[in-house]
Amino acid sequence: MVAHARADHPDEACGVIAGPAATAEPRRHIPMVNAERSTTFYRFDSAEQLAVWNAMDDADEAPVVIYHSHTATEAYPSRTDVKYAGEPEAHYVLISTRDPHVAEVRSFRIVDGEITEEPVEGLGEAGQADEGHRGDAYAVQSYKFGHTPDAIIYDC
Amino acid sequence: MSIQVRIPTILRQHTQGQKLVEGAGATLDDLFADLDSRHSGLRERVVTAEGGLHRFVNVYVNDEDVRFTGGLKTELSDGDSVTILPAVAGG
Repeated sequence: MVAHARADHPDEACGVIAGPAATAEPRRHIPMVNAERSTTFYRFDSAEQLAVWNAMDDADEAPVVIYHSHTATEAYPSRTDVKYAGEPEAHYVLISTRDPHVAEVRSFRIVDGEITEEPVEGLGEAGQADEGHRGDAYAVQSYKFGHTPDAIIYDC
Repeated sequence: MSIQVRIPTILRQHTQGQKLVEGAGATLDDLFADLDSRHSGLRERVVTAEGGLHRFVNVYVNDEDVRFTGGLKTELSDGDSVTILPAVAGG
């Protein structure tokens, strides 16, 4: 995800990590096209979204993680992020690429307009992401979510 | 005439939790009116007060985004399948 965000910076990057609907384990990383190609907005291409959602449905998968990057602001859901959060089961991951050397990665549940932050834990080897390389060969292998939930409610 | 309509998680509160419902209509507009008669509240999540499609809801007929097929005027045939997906977007 971070490699994808770096590659698309300063445009916002966006994508999904699919996983089995039964266990909600994030397994299959699917970088998506940002149809807006904007530094301040993202939107999945509607045809690509249907193809991905159909494939997940066929494989009994769900969009466990829906991620996108903020290229100049913090890794926190904006008002539009909350407004358009249409998958109540998903973990919304924000990545900020405002600092060229340190990526902020934070995860949130957004349900009925309410944001709840959750801890992110990197498992496996975390290597250096190759600048400009879209693949995730060196990215953190997987994340665990919410295993010790500490709800931090921000008023916004 | 029977059209299968796939309902996303976020709209299943209007369809008693069902992810697949059936409806009929010569056009998409007619179909949503028909669905709303049995699944109250579903139509207004997809169609605005002005009678257009919500900007951040994607509707597909046979896997084609209806923005390219005439929006709510898209004509339907028996056996067509309609999918509704909330757009994934933000800032």
